[in-house]
Amino acid sequence: MSLDIQSSEDFPLLQVSNTTKLYGGRIGCKDVSFDLYPGEVLAIVGESGSGKTTLLNCLATRLTPTSGSVNYRNRMGQMRNLYEMSEAERRMLMRTDWGFVHQHPADGLRMTVSAGANVGERLMAVGARHYGNIRDTATDWLGRVEIAEDRIDDDPRAFSGGMRQRLQIARNLVTAPRLVFMDEPTGGLDVSVQARLLDLLRGLVADLGLSVIIVTHDLAVARLLSHRILVMRHGHVIESGLTDQVLDDPQESYTQLLVSSILQP
Amino acid sequence: MTERVETQGISDEHYNFAYLDEQTKRMIRRAILKGIAVPGYQVPFAAREMPMPYGWGTGGIQVTAAVIGKHDCLKMIDQGSDDTTNAVALRNFFVETTGVDTTTKTKDASIIQTRHRIPEETLTKDQVLVYQVPIPEPLRFLEPRETETRKMHALEEYGLMHVKLYEDIAKFGHIATAYAYPVMVQDRYVMDPSPTPKFDNPKMDQMEALQLFGAGREKRIYAIPPHTKVVSLDFEDHPFEVTKFDQPCAICGAEEVYLDEVILDDDGNRMFVCSDSDFCEERREAGHVGHLGTNPLEAEGND
Amino acid sequence: MTNTPKTKVLVSDLAKSFKMHLRDGLEIPVVSGVNFSVSAGECVVLGGPSGSGKSSILKMIYANYRCQKGQILITDGDEIVNVADATPRRIIRLRETTIGYVSQFLRAIPRVPALTLVAEPLMAQGVAEDEAFERAGNLLSRLNVPERLWQLPPATFSGGEQQRVNIARGFIAHYPILLLDEPTASLDAANRAVVVELVEEKKTQGVAMVGILHDHDVRDAIADRIIDVTSFASAA
Repeated sequence: MSLDIQSSEDFPLLQVSNTTKLYGGRIGCKDVSFDLYPGEVLAIVGESGSGKTTLLNCLATRLTPTSGSVNYRNRMGQMRNLYEMSEAERRMLMRTDWGFVHQHPADGLRMTVSAGANVGERLMAVGARHYGNIRDTATDWLGRVEIAEDRIDDDPRAFSGGMRQRLQIARNLVTAPRLVFMDEPTGGLDVSVQARLLDLLRGLVADLGLSVIIVTHDLAVARLLSHRILVMRHGHVIESGLTDQVLDDPQESYTQLLVSSILQP
Repeated sequence: MTERVETQGISDEHYNFAYLDEQTKRMIRRAILKGIAVPGYQVPFAAREMPMPYGWGTGGIQVTAAVIGKHDCLKMIDQGSDDTTNAVALRNFFVETTGVDTTTKTKDASIIQTRHRIPEETLTKDQVLVYQVPIPEPLRFLEPRETETRKMHALEEYGLMHVKLYEDIAKFGHIATAYAYPVMVQDRYVMDPSPTPKFDNPKMDQMEALQLFGAGREKRIYAIPPHTKVVSLDFEDHPFEVTKFDQPCAICGAEEVYLDEVILDDDGNRMFVCSDSDFCEERREAGHVGHLGTNPLEAEGND
Repeated sequence: MTNTPKTKVLVSDLAKSFKMHLRDGLEIPVVSGVNFSVSAGECVVLGGPSGSGKSSILKMIYANYRCQKGQILITDGDEIVNVADATPRRIIRLRETTIGYVSQFLRAIPRVPALTLVAEPLMAQGVAEDEAFERAGNLLSRLNVPERLWQLPPATFSGGEQQRVNIARGFIAHYPILLLDEPTASLDAANRAVVVELVEEKKTQGVAMVGILHDHDVRDAIADRIIDVTSFASAA
């Protein structure tokens, strides 16, 4: 029994090799390679324009890389190249086994349907057809992201920024995905709201054993949430390793600059 | 006078048979055939400008014009009635451009063009039912992008359709969608049965007649061939239910038919009568009487 | 020969320098030729003045700092892992099960109550929540952290209270190897005594410890050996 768990943890969930995205002659990201294992949280950091969001979108099949491959181990244990899958399979992954948390909740939510329906949509997409069960699951998930039960029939338009972001997280996690992509999930939120969200994410990631790839320009967010870090500059990964090691003992000139640029409160 | 001659633009006095030129009809027929081949799939077609505004049934008219022949007998209804403005105007349009026979009798018609209703009388294999459709895309209200909705149809991603029904139950305690109620056609395509009341949805299932849908403004045609499975979407714990009326028709006494509310006077008196005027008339001719006896509107000489 | 080897940590020919790119690539040597080993149940204290590289050595063992040269061999069950070139995944696993680190400063996490913070390392090792909380409460009591604070996030605690929460977090779980980075700095005598007790308990459990302790009383009480780090000073 434990053998199974161990063996699945010994294989990478995602294998990225030489992923490159060019915009004409301009580099989006170049020759990025890494493995992501089950339960690992990987942060991609760098300043605006460093290619971190381009990389994230290439991994999440939202952008087609110019070259390189991205392999994903599906629930049957097969390693599949994402870009050799059919679009139907990729979209199925996105709805079930994966999540994507956008910086702006409006990009990831349906703003004109209720919170309950936002959470329930992925369930219905995979065939849930019992209203009562869908609603119970939605209620449970709203609770887990600290949204009061009596808001279940309200539109996200009536929610604050922090609540919307928590709703987006619930909407993504309801199908028990194995891999979640996050693009600056705390960007644009004020500090106290950010702290609450981070704590919530930290707890959910640990409880659910999620693998996460999170793009952030905030090194404190990376330190709090991630095990490993990739530092990007001009589309290249210039340094990578254990998060605390890279942040406490940065080797590259740019990383040293980045780390020394943090404002201490 | 043959159609062929007029097609070549020789006549400047008359329109071509059924208004549209023959090439256009062929184009529409190809779309119809494709629609029949892929039941429930919305086929794009190059809808023409018609001599009436969008919303009057320009899609249905083009479909009818493409399938009608000299020996057809046409019935034109709007909200179940043969004598509303819209039905009269469109019937006259075809009388003028084709000279075909028209009828109000459902069983005498070979083509029935309708807005909103399916006749109460069971349709047969020799009939074609043409629907006028305002918004053909059932996913439209939740997903505004056409590129996305087409992909969703292609990949059978229909979870969103249930989101709409979920919202209904969350807001009203039951599925409140009463018309344009989405259906699954032959286990493959989700389809919007135009603004037809859900009361008529079960009639679409395994119907013997050919059902054609035309949306002029949106330039889409779709079809349900005879004997096709049509299932209304629902939840296990909130199953699809047809609208029930708690009284029979006031003037013919028919039960389990779709009723319209008619206001009788300024004091708020009203009655519920068959929306299908031909069906009601036939019953009265056969001697059936409702609780109001005769039609009060006719009694007052309103006819 | 026993099943578990007696040597838990073996540091050989370790060297560390910092390259300061922001100061024109200035190379600052820290230590070189570091050689020592620590056995099970032994507490080795690194001695030497501030800036001699004690803390850097500790951080290299925890893989918080990289090293330029040498090996850091850690006994993990029946495996020997070289921290100097282990993958991040392997190090994360080592930190969960094998190496603990008690630092001077608490890195408070927003909104997480003190009790949870202390119980977390236990739960990460698979101890049930109830038991973890109970043991966390006992340890906080021993370290004289008032119970009224347990449910509060420590960000607003005094420096001393934060430090004691941190000590509790560091000592609660069983790690075969424990690194102590000035755990008693600025503690009062009573709490220092508790820390000495905790270290003694760890020794009897066979834990190998490497520490930095400026407090002479505590150092004399717990050190089995003192290694003078100045002997590893890099020839600059």
